Parts: sequence; C-alpha cells; structure tokens
Amino acid sequence: MSTREIRYLQVGTHAVGNRLLDPSQRTVQADPERANALTCGHRACQGCGEALGARYVVDAALRATGGRLVAVNATGCLEVFSTPYPESSWQLPWLHSLFGNAPAVATGVAAALRARGLDDVRVLAQGGDGGTVDIGFGCLSGMFERNDDVLYVCYDNQGYMNTGVQRSGATPPAARTATTEAVGPHPGNPFGQGKDVPRIAMAHGIPYVATATVADLRDLEAKVERAMAIRGARYLHVLVPCPLGWGTPSNLTIRIARMATQSGLFPVFEARDGEVTGVTPIRQRVPVEDYLRPQRRFAHLFSHPSGAEALDRIRASAEANIRRYGLLDEEDRP
Amino acid sequence: MTEHPFAITLDVGTSRANHTGSWRTERPEYVRRLPPCNGACPAAEDCQGWLFHAESGDYEAAWRAIVADNPFPAVMGRVCYHPCETACNRGHLDEAVGINSVERFLGDLAIDRGWELPAALPGTGKRVLVVGAGPSGLSAAYHLRRLGHAVQVRDAAQRAGGMMRYGIPRYRLPREVLDAEIARITAMGVDLRMCAPVTDLAAAMAEGGFDAAFLAVGAGVGRRAHVPAGAAAKVIDAVAFLHAMEGAEPPRIGRRVVVYGGGDTAVDAARTAKRMGGEPVIVYRRTRDRMPAQDFEVREAEEEGVLVRWLSTITHVDAGEITVERMELDEHGFPQPTGETETLAADTVILALGQDCDLSLVHGLEGVEVADGTVRVGPDLMTGRPGVFAGGDMVPAERTCTTAIGHGRLAARHVDAWLRGTVHTPVPRPPLAEHASLNTWYYSEAPRTVRPHLEAARRSTGFDEVVAGLDEGTALFEARRCMSCGNCFECDNCFGVCPDNAVIKLGPGRGYRFDLEYCKGCGICATECPCGAIAMTPEPD
Repeated sequence: MSTREIRYLQVGTHAVGNRLLDPSQRTVQADPERANALTCGHRACQGCGEALGARYVVDAALRATGGRLVAVNATGCLEVFSTPYPESSWQLPWLHSLFGNAPAVATGVAAALRARGLDDVRVLAQGGDGGTVDIGFGCLSGMFERNDDVLYVCYDNQGYMNTGVQRSGATPPAARTATTEAVGPHPGNPFGQGKDVPRIAMAHGIPYVATATVADLRDLEAKVERAMAIRGARYLHVLVPCPLGWGTPSNLTIRIARMATQSGLFPVFEARDGEVTGVTPIRQRVPVEDYLRPQRRFAHLFSHPSGAEALDRIRASAEANIRRYGLLDEEDRP
Repeated sequence: MTEHPFAITLDVGTSRANHTGSWRTERPEYVRRLPPCNGACPAAEDCQGWLFHAESGDYEAAWRAIVADNPFPAVMGRVCYHPCETACNRGHLDEAVGINSVERFLGDLAIDRGWELPAALPGTGKRVLVVGAGPSGLSAAYHLRRLGHAVQVRDAAQRAGGMMRYGIPRYRLPREVLDAEIARITAMGVDLRMCAPVTDLAAAMAEGGFDAAFLAVGAGVGRRAHVPAGAAAKVIDAVAFLHAMEGAEPPRIGRRVVVYGGGDTAVDAARTAKRMGGEPVIVYRRTRDRMPAQDFEVREAEEEGVLVRWLSTITHVDAGEITVERMELDEHGFPQPTGETETLAADTVILALGQDCDLSLVHGLEGVEVADGTVRVGPDLMTGRPGVFAGGDMVPAERTCTTAIGHGRLAARHVDAWLRGTVHTPVPRPPLAEHASLNTWYYSEAPRTVRPHLEAARRSTGFDEVVAGLDEGTALFEARRCMSCGNCFECDNCFGVCPDNAVIKLGPGRGYRFDLEYCKGCGICATECPCGAIAMTPEPD
C-alpha cells in the first residue's frame, strides 16, 4: 500500500483525524467541511454499517472528483432508508435503479455524460450484496467486460437485510438467515456455496478491484481516491456489518468489521488488471471464534453438536485466506 | 403548489426533517476520567494535561502546566520515583510512557530559556512562617506566595533544599539544577532565611507576627540502632555522611566501607563511597526482593561495582573489621539468626537504618500531638493547634521528595483557606480511566526511548550525572506516546464513525458536541473512542 506512514504519534495512522497532523494528511471524514453525502435523518437502523460505509465512500469520491459525481443506486437497504419519497438524504445527483440493473444504468449515465461532452463528471454505482452478487450480477459482469467508466461499490452486509434477512450469495457458511434456519443436522447456510465476487471481478481483468471495511477508514478512502484516478470499470467491495441481520449490539459495528479482518475471514487487498498488488496485513490476530461469538447468527456454532466441525471448516477458510493473500508476516504464522 | 415535472406531485424534501434522535434509549456524553498517571502522582500533577501540550511542541505551556502544581520539574525529572509510570496504561500495550524523562526535558528547557514562575496575586496582608527549606517547605512557600501571602522560610542549614541537597547525591541531582529551581521561588518574593533554626515555634510566630505556620523540618536525624562496637571502630550514620558531602571538606572514610541497611539512603551512601575511591559493601538482613530501595538504584549500584551481602546482620564492629551473622527467612519472611558468623574487613561502617525527625521546635506546644516520632495532622495537614500545619517527612506518610512536594501544595491550599476563614474542599476525583476503558487499536506500537546511560565505568569514578536527558526529538517522541487516558485529545474518531452525522466538530481546542436531534444512540462513538472519553447513559424520561 502506498498510504503514507505516520509513526510515533499517539494515535498513529489508525484514528480518523489527529490534531498533530497537517489537515491535508487527515482523512476526508476528519474535515468539518466534508460533504456528508448521506446526511442526517436517514432511516437506517442504529449502528448501521452500510450508512457509515456509504458516507465514507461517497464523501471520498466527491473530494477526489471535486464534487463532479453522479451516483446510481440499486434497490436495497441503502436506497430504502435514504429516500422514502419525498425525502432524500443524498447531497449529490442520485438515481435510483431497479434491484438488478444498477451497473447497466450507470453505464448509460456514463455514456450520456460522454455524449454531452461532460468527461469530467464521474459515475459511481452502488448497491448491497443482494443487488450485486445475485440479482444484478449479469449487468455487473457486462459492465466489467465492456470496461465501462464506472466505479461500482458493493456494500456487503452478507444478506438481504431490507426484506428480512434472507440468504444471499455473499452470506458466509453456517450463518443463520431467514432462509437458512439454524435447524437440522447442519444448521445455517451450507458450506461450499456462494460467490467470491472480488475474485470474479479480478477474473474480468478490469483495471482496479479492491476490498475494504468500515473498520479501516484511511485504507478505504485511499482506495476510493485511487479508483477515481483510473478510467474504466472499477470494483470496490466494502464489508459493512448489519447489527440487525448479524445479531450484534449496535455499538460493535466497527469492532466486528475489524475482527473480520483480523481473524483472516475477510481479506483486505487490492488488485490491478487482475493481479493482487497489495494486501493489508493482519495487525492483531484474533481467533475466528472471537469474531463469530458476538454474532447471534452464529450462536448455534457454540451450542449445536455440529458446531465444532463447522468451526474447523471456518478456521480452515481463514487459514486459506491468510495463505492466499499473505496476510501474516512469516514469523506470525502458526 | 409549485410547478412540477411530468408525473411528479411532491417537492423533494430533505431527510433532515426526520429527527431520528427520538429513537434513542441511551445517549452519549463526553466525560473526563482520571488518568492513572495523575491518580498516582504524589504531587498531584496533571501529567496527562501537561503531556498534551508537550505533544504539540508547546513546551512552555507544558512547563506552565507542571508548575501550576509543582515548582520543581527539573528536580522531579531526576529524583522522582515516577509512580505515574508504574500506573501508566501504556504499560499494558508496550511500555509505560517515559513521563519522568519528559518532565526533566521540560524542566531543563525552562532553566535554559529562563522561564519564570507565575507572578504572585495581590497581597493579602497575611504572613506565613514556613519552617524548613526542603521540598515540602519550598513547595508550600511557592504556592502560598502565589496566593498573595507574605512568606518567610527559615532553615537551620547553610543552603536551601533540605534533603534535595543534603540527602540526594549530586550524581543524581546536580546542584546547579537545584539552585536554579530554588532561585525562581525566591525571585517571587519568598523571604528565605538560612542558618536560622526555629527552636520555639510559638515564640518565633509571635515575634515575626505570623498568622499561620507550615512545619516541614524533615527527617534529618540518622537512626542509631544499637550495634556493639569497640572503642576504635569508625561508625558514622548515612545522613551525616551525605550531609558532609556538601561541606568544604569531604568526610574521610577509608577504602573498605560497609553500609548497613537496605533503603535508598543505603544505596546512595554506597554509591557515594564508591565515587570517593572506596570499595563499598552493603550488608542487608533480608533478600533483594524485600529490599525497600528502588530496584533501578540497586541495579545501577551493582553495575558500578557496589557489592551486596544479602541475609546478613552486623553483630560487632571493631577497628578494621566487622562480624556479620548469616540470617534465614522464616515462613513469614522475617529474618532469623542462624548463629553462623564471619568477619569482614571494614575501615568505616555507615549506618543507614532509617531516619528520625528533630521535633524539638514543637516540644510543649499546646495542641500539637507527637506520636511515633512524627507529628499528627488531619486530612487538611493541620496539627491540633489552629493555624499550625505540618507536612513532608515529619508527618506519617511515604517519605519521598515528591510526596513532600505534594504536602506543600496541599498545605498551601488549606493554609490559604484557613487564613480566609473558609475551608478548602478538594475537587472530587473523577472515576479512574482504566485500561479496559480504552480502545487501544488506534494507538500505534512504538518502543520507549531509553535514556542514554553513561558508561558505568565512567560514572563510578566521578560525580557526573548518571542518567542523561532526552533531546527535543526524543522528548517529543516520548510525549506523543501518551494515550490521553480518559481525556479527549481530538482524534476525530467520534466525528468520523457516527453513521448519522450526529457529532458536531467545534474546532481546534473546543472538542465536539452531540447533535441529539439525530443521534440514534447506537454507541459506536463510545466503543471506538480511543481514550474512553465518551460514556453511554440511559436517556432521561
């Protein structure tokens, strides 16, 4: 990562701002004049990770483009809680698409802007994991293979939360949802299904693919900034915990996202033209149990007889991520 | 109704019309918790507060924050046993912040730049007599003078400083540093009278027209335990020995020196003897882990070549040799004699077996109660005699320089209140900022700056200062390791992590406030606050 390293300060590089740093080195979110692209009064649940992630991303994109930005939003939680007509929380030109066609609408917006000669106005499309991984996936893949000039952002809360917590292609194995109940010999979401869309996006060979979480703001903002400096199809996959769907206390949203990365279950990396070019190493490793236990959707892992075997498989997938992306320094490996 | 485009019937409104604050069951509040360093400081310094200024490079503001409580930063930075660092939460993360070394840097910088103590308030017309020009007396004099009282300090010794001069060897506290910090106090208009012992307090107060007195005569009398000794044996006490080091003629001790005792004074005496060309052996009746001396002092002494005989007592002293008996610890950890003895060569035996107070100035003084060799005082440090206060080593407390300075500060506040006919009520302490209240993810790992030590060989042959100070770069580095426990340091985390934009940033130095119109009470700000300065409280009915 080319993030500028700032050492020896009491809060290092890890806090939102720092009074000891020059304002130009602080995050976009530390700026009292930040855009607040998703402003107050939205109807997201207490502690919503998606509301937080969307503001982080769009504020950073607005700064990177000097405010010359149009957003296209797939149907989903983000759209429902932000725009109950006639109210809107959005502080930028914003279009609501269908659940499944946000990438295609964004392609159209980009084409229209080009046709009008507005090459400096950029397009950001955004949606949840349901709209991205499942319903809108055909449109997304098409946008990738045509290399349309759009940054597509998936806010991944690992399920259809708006409609009542149903399973999506991004729901992790063993998680309980309304459609993968914690019943039967192997409760929760089956192993071996679902999609790893960041890797599928990389397989399209598009110029930029990255993952991030709401737990590392500097990393997230740096990736948005880099993405906006590139033309062509770009994909950013942001993990955004959902207190309601995951069964976690509302104050733990960021902590849970951090543990997802520090357990190895959610690798944070970026890729250019289909090749991984940077990873964020694990800084304070935690066992996968520490990440899973606070979430009610995984409660059966700690009470059901099949839990131990499921935990072994989850641990193995964390190890696989650590190996694949090199998330630990050599001496930290078990 | 305004004109609308085709198929549009309503104006677009903003979601700000939707006051989501009504969802809340708990609300966040900015709080201040007591940083452990401040809680542990015997001199009641606001360590976190002055480090905050040092972090931004405003060293003068940092120094001014120290001297608001303690007029001796440069002395403290050398002789304080820094309980602040023992308590420091950073110790759980990597290593405690070197608070003491930053204090020394600031103290030295102040001397270098000639910063002056704050001016005294307008005169109150009250006169206070301070007896004893040691750390406690000078600290009280400084605070009383600041509050506008006329202060006279009287002391029997030739020069001011008390145990800072006559007890702490100059390799730990160079005298020019001590002199500079005392000179700043006298420059405020404190009337310092040396070689002026007070033998009869009542008479002295009546004679000088004093309205109140603060007694801080210290514990300057070496305890003479009974050690059988032949007529030709040379036995001196450590207090007298260290005191004599400040005279024109250093005491003659010979080559083979035995120091008897296990406290800091014993170690100071042994290290001083080493520097005078002696070969000191400390004889102590228990084991190293039970030794009351500070561990680092024992370590430095051993590095310099001071030998220690553990589990030994002196049973007889003769000319040129002593007899020691080997001891054993019983099951309660008390040393018991074994009857096994041997002899050691010794030209001089230095006794460092504790110190007593010379309390003759209060003998027969009505209301002043003396018990176990110390003066009884209340929580306000007032003796049973109205207007007569006491502190430092002559009252029951831990006998350290920092505690004595803290007594001076506290006594000054109570004396001031008493003179005004009021009562000083200390500000209640907020709850402690425990390590569990921090979110340490946000602090980066950084090793502590180790103070460069002079080579052991070099320092043991002279009275150069043993521990060198930090330079500006390392001091700033060290200050910035402070985690600001329990006190907002404006890291913008709360402002950034709120999903509802319900935190309003008020600008540098002014912190933040919560926008309760929109705060849903999720509590992310409190969980992600690095220093534990946000608390969630139930929403009022």
